[in-house]
Amino acid sequence: MDPVIIAAVLSSALRQSTPISLGALSGLFCERSGVINIGIEGMMLMAAFTGFVASAVTGNIFLAILVAVLTGMLMALFHGWLSIQFKVDQIISGTVINILAVGLTGYFYTRNLTTQGKLEPIALPGLSQIPIIGRVLFDNPPITYLALVLVFVAHFVLFHTRWGLRLRAVGEHPRAADTLGINVIWMRYANVVIGGALAGLAGAFLTLEAVGSFERGMTNGRGFISLAVMIFGKWTPLGAWAGALLFGFTNALQTQLQFSGLGSVIPHQFVGMLPYLLTIIVLAGFVGRARPPAAVGQPYTKE
Amino acid sequence: MQIKSPTFLRSLTQTLVLPLLSVVTAVLVGSLFMLLNGYNPLAAYAGMLDGAFGSPTSVARTLLSAIPLLFSGLSVAFAFKGGLFNIGGEGQLFLGAVASAWVGVAFAGLPGVIHMTLAVLAGFIAGALWGGISGALKAYTGAHEVITTIMLNNLAIILAGWLVSQGGEGQTPGPLRDPDPLNIVPRTAQVAESARLPVLFKLGSESINFGLILAILAILIIWWLVWRSTFGFELRMVGLNPSAGKYAGVNVKRTTITTMAIAGGLAALAGAIETLGRNYYFAPNFNTGYGFDGIAVALLGKSHPLGVGLSAVLFGAMDAGTTRMQLAARVPSEIIQIVQALVLVFIAAPEIIRFIYRMRLEKEERAALSAGWGQR
Repeated sequence: MDPVIIAAVLSSALRQSTPISLGALSGLFCERSGVINIGIEGMMLMAAFTGFVASAVTGNIFLAILVAVLTGMLMALFHGWLSIQFKVDQIISGTVINILAVGLTGYFYTRNLTTQGKLEPIALPGLSQIPIIGRVLFDNPPITYLALVLVFVAHFVLFHTRWGLRLRAVGEHPRAADTLGINVIWMRYANVVIGGALAGLAGAFLTLEAVGSFERGMTNGRGFISLAVMIFGKWTPLGAWAGALLFGFTNALQTQLQFSGLGSVIPHQFVGMLPYLLTIIVLAGFVGRARPPAAVGQPYTKE
Repeated sequence: MQIKSPTFLRSLTQTLVLPLLSVVTAVLVGSLFMLLNGYNPLAAYAGMLDGAFGSPTSVARTLLSAIPLLFSGLSVAFAFKGGLFNIGGEGQLFLGAVASAWVGVAFAGLPGVIHMTLAVLAGFIAGALWGGISGALKAYTGAHEVITTIMLNNLAIILAGWLVSQGGEGQTPGPLRDPDPLNIVPRTAQVAESARLPVLFKLGSESINFGLILAILAILIIWWLVWRSTFGFELRMVGLNPSAGKYAGVNVKRTTITTMAIAGGLAALAGAIETLGRNYYFAPNFNTGYGFDGIAVALLGKSHPLGVGLSAVLFGAMDAGTTRMQLAARVPSEIIQIVQALVLVFIAAPEIIRFIYRMRLEKEERAALSAGWGQR
């Protein structure tokens, strides 16, 4: 196969996987601390919207990213307030976030906001000259780089720091963690808000890096797919990343196959099914029973 | 473990108080929101009420929107009772619509009652199979139903789109595409008269079809199935605690598959009734969103069939009243979603309502939803 095409497919795969892996990391921090987050979709959408508005109004794209991340954190705070403070069923709380995001973004959506450009790829000097790998890994826009780094940071934080140990303890056995003097409620709030920041970054990716403008419902299920990818990766950052890459790859492959004229042999819709089909097959055939954090979904009441 | 079987009436009142207060409070907060943004909430709500109940035609539109919402809500509620979360309503609904349209077109010439029954059944079966796949994957491989239903949503929507696709650029048109060359929209042909749901009565300029009867029947059947049948007992037992169910001799695998199949069938009926009772054909863009709205409808109805019925009417009214509200107060229609989200917040966090109204609320059982997260 033509190396140019290979590089194109791979780098498209990486970019398509970016919001998914950020979303999955968002879910990870929440769920590892014991809070289910099916509101990733809503947090992403809301952040994508505020980020875009901030960029259109101020023209400062980095300020816009900050606004998007803060929006994600605010939505997460609301999710935490409902599910940790009021002990609302976490699935309901997440659904509320999703509906609210669709409502608010639609309500405030105005057609006549013009874009102020988007984040452009930065080629890393030297490294980007390596054949294939260089184009794929070292010639990307900032959030894509950041997402790559964050996967490893998340892995390190979760499994090699005191914070990570406490975070996992709170999600596995909050009572025991509490007896050891860990503030369960605070840990959960903190990690849900971290999750919100990551979902916000995913939203910023969509409007400020990938598309450059906002459309209603533009997250298009990516938040839910992130959730799938997180469970697929068995609640680990590296596993989730692998899942996100797989998803991005099948998506990129599908686009490529559509262009290659295969459409006359196989309907392009069938090729379009590939990512979803593959996720199911891999999940059912190779990954099997995933074990969530033991205390996920259960609100904590201090005795 | 205790499994309550509440009487019809007691459970009804229990289901009603909190939702009513929640709806009132959400409407008030929604007003505040509109005031802050410079809209007139009184005009908005008056317009909404007018559009939902102001004339026989409006009432008919409310009912017609409520019917598919009821089925997709029942689908989610039924799965919740079994400890499963069916986010797959959207895809199941699409397949139900396509399958019933196919039978409606392909078997023209059959006697009326038989043809209609077959078409409705085909819809149910298509959805049941689609839901059943998720159930079987869960039972035999442990693949989580939240993921598989989401993936199957995308698959179903693409599949349904292909079945009626235009073709062109070297690609043949989809097998169910309307063969009429004058039709430029990707959709199926019209279903035969004999497959259409009969009109029960006219209400203003809209006609209410047999789907209304099916909806009422569905409420009763699901209520009976969950609280009065052996299967329902097993379903609730598995829903509350799968390992307890296993030790009590319940076939957890079979229960999981059956639960998801019935849930899938219910969501599919929403699509079948829309197709056979209102549109008379299937087009991929016909009613997106009903499947996902079912989640909110089920939660508002506390997963009780009657509660789901009432919340479907409420959501249906909001649907029907939106256009009038927009015209009356120039408010963006999305204010409705904001109010709906607020309703859910208050329903789910009774402490907030209790605090606002300084009242005591009876401690009630919380639906065990998230307990099902990968625990069987």
